[in-house]
Amino acid sequence: MKLLVPVKRVVDYNVKVRVKSDGMGVETAGVKMSMNPFDEIAIEEAVRLKEKGIASEIIAVSMGIAACQETIRTALAMGADRGILVETDVELQPLAVAKMLKALVDKEQPGMVIMGKQAIDDDMNATGQMLAALLGWPQGTFASKLDIADGTATVIREIDGGLETVALTLPAVVTADLRLNEPRYASLPNIMKARKKPIETIKPADLGVDPAPRLTTLKVVEPAKRKAGVKVANVAELVAKLRNEAKVI
Amino acid sequence: MTILDRPTLDFLLYDWLGGEALLTRPAFAEHNRESVASMLDTAARLAETHFLPCFKKSDREEPSQNEHGAHVIPEIRTAIAAYAQAGFAAAPFPAAIGGLGLPNLIHTAATAFFMGANVPVASYSMLTVGNAGLIAHFGTQAQIETFVTPALEGRWTGTMCLSEPQAGSSLADIVTKAIPEGEDGLGVRYRLFGNKMWISGGDHDAADNIVHLVLAKIPGPDGKLIAGSKGISIFIVPKLMPDGSRNDVTLAGLNHKMGFRGTTNCLLNFGERDGAIGWRVGEIGQGLPIMFQMMNEARIGVGLGATMMGYRGFQLALDYARTRPQGRRTGTRDVSSKQIPIIEHADVKRMLLACKSYTEGALALILYCAKLVDESKTADTAQARAEADAVLGLLTPVAKTWPSEYALAANDIAIQVHGGYGYTRDFDVEQLYRDNRLNPIHEGTTGIQGLDLLGRKILRDGGKILAQFATRVAATIKAAKDDFPAEANALQAAMDAIAATVHALASVNDEAEMLANATNFLSAFGHTVLGFIWLDLALCISQGDHGAHFAAGKHAACRYFYSFEMPKIAAWLAPVIACDNLTTRMQDEWF
Repeated sequence: MKLLVPVKRVVDYNVKVRVKSDGMGVETAGVKMSMNPFDEIAIEEAVRLKEKGIASEIIAVSMGIAACQETIRTALAMGADRGILVETDVELQPLAVAKMLKALVDKEQPGMVIMGKQAIDDDMNATGQMLAALLGWPQGTFASKLDIADGTATVIREIDGGLETVALTLPAVVTADLRLNEPRYASLPNIMKARKKPIETIKPADLGVDPAPRLTTLKVVEPAKRKAGVKVANVAELVAKLRNEAKVI
Repeated sequence: MTILDRPTLDFLLYDWLGGEALLTRPAFAEHNRESVASMLDTAARLAETHFLPCFKKSDREEPSQNEHGAHVIPEIRTAIAAYAQAGFAAAPFPAAIGGLGLPNLIHTAATAFFMGANVPVASYSMLTVGNAGLIAHFGTQAQIETFVTPALEGRWTGTMCLSEPQAGSSLADIVTKAIPEGEDGLGVRYRLFGNKMWISGGDHDAADNIVHLVLAKIPGPDGKLIAGSKGISIFIVPKLMPDGSRNDVTLAGLNHKMGFRGTTNCLLNFGERDGAIGWRVGEIGQGLPIMFQMMNEARIGVGLGATMMGYRGFQLALDYARTRPQGRRTGTRDVSSKQIPIIEHADVKRMLLACKSYTEGALALILYCAKLVDESKTADTAQARAEADAVLGLLTPVAKTWPSEYALAANDIAIQVHGGYGYTRDFDVEQLYRDNRLNPIHEGTTGIQGLDLLGRKILRDGGKILAQFATRVAATIKAAKDDFPAEANALQAAMDAIAATVHALASVNDEAEMLANATNFLSAFGHTVLGFIWLDLALCISQGDHGAHFAAGKHAACRYFYSFEMPKIAAWLAPVIACDNLTTRMQDEWF
């Protein structure tokens, strides 16, 4: 079974993100970029499936500027077999990404797409679901455990109320949550080997997709600073505040 | 908080030191900027996951001794194995012995992350790489297969056993002896008898075996040891023999240190019973030259460790100063107004500027030297390789000492920025200071480095190497004339003062008086080198687009260095150039 794993280049999780002076985005100039941590988990899961003999080939896909190739290389160093870069300078939004992924799935015919549940830059949490809908495939989002047997993927999902187990008939889309696994680091010899693995570069037009944004960014602002707390005299006052000010009970 | 700011590191590696051109050399063509970036990512991640988390624990639970030897916290075994399994131990070695042929510059940059996270734990691996490097360079094929391979795989660690209780800085006086015992597949075999002191990583339970490299003397036909350093040879003495049986090497005791506690420090007895079995590396009497080939890189390694401890202290101080509200702007009378973070106070900014100029300057110095190591091996012409090698030799005492003194000063300042909290063990800065306080002492004290610089590296050849370095400095001064005229003039004045001092000393006949103020000279020369580094960095940053804050920060650090630090040079040189003989004439009784 072939696996397709989309990987996104994002601001490194260690970097303190700053809003650009024009208020139209976050500062990325001179900022350390790396693979979206949830995508690392997805790659790790794919590599484990290959090590178990369940998967035969892992294709890492990234979309965006040429530098996204570095993110693909990281995936190759972790154990993916080949890469595809859909190169574009256009700002990419989930629907366009999902459409391009669908076109790639049609072309590559993977048995499963494993991807991060969301990217840590915009936290959209949308692409996996959109892709499943476009493909008409079952989806197992927020996976914290994945088992494959007899053409079925059994996914334990992290939901608000606890854990939910779903059985998906393959092919399917699975999105990785934090506890699915602990991703390996790329060892130095594997980084060297990754240099020799192929990366194919194509354009959105090759997939027949117009990636132009459908959403307009009005402005980007820092989250409001957390206000200092207050001390309440007694439980009655606490309940009153929760009811009348916070309006949560 | 990141261990090492990547934009700063990338600026130093690529914009300033031309790392991309280095990677196109045939020796390094397997690598490129992208693969190097991934390697540095892996270094950063491993440092964060395996070295940083046990930083405090490795200090709090210092090594103990039991019937099996020295016991250390289990995290150290995991860290040593992870470092090697990721390929970092083997990376600088040639492909023939399982390495990746990584440039020294890049391996040094990767090492910086481990040093920034936890030098005392990382030092097991650093010692092991140095030990393996010596055997790989001077050992036989059988010695390499037996002792280097397991070390690079992270199963064994290595040490350097030089000092003895009665012979520390004075290695010529060692008395450990090696009695020949024929030959076997691993070379000429000896039985060693003697005591070795201050052995870092000398015993521990964090690896399956320990390979000691031991300096010892082979008795002459009369049974006596040859006096002086010419009689010293070097031997491989494993804790466990290749078949797993115990060699006659015993842990006699652990030293209980002020800091750096993650690394065991041992008194080892060789030959308590019938003699510790060892095999000679290289020729008889070549022990010191062989050891010192590694020592130069070990000294740059010390400088890197010192730098990164200072750098981490600076980052912690910066973080604290940004988040700790205390007091109001000078001149504010309204006591009900909100307190400001202490970074707003001029004196706190002065301290942080000092830390920035010391630690980022020291990092630049270390990487500059690391690149010289690559240049000395792979530059296009024999002349260029020789020049790089000579300048590296001149700068090695500075690369060891300047970070040991000034990154330590940054650790001191980091405590000051934290105020009372910095003096408590709840924060990391006091431990960083204690850990770093070792560095002016080991691998040649600051005093020894001063003698090495002034005596061996400058006066012995009549200042020829100094002149080669001066050519590099002159190019920077020339380039800086228009944009940084004040700094260019100050650097020229410092170089002139250094040259005048060397000239004055050359006419002193008494060698003891000539070298009496060598440490002062080292201080002055070290600051001059850093003045050169900072001016060169300031020039380089002006040429690229690195973002306004980034460039302004580097320029401010350069300005700080020239305004607050460079004036010290004249004061240090004053007694040197006057050939002041106070210290040689001072008598014990007068104290």
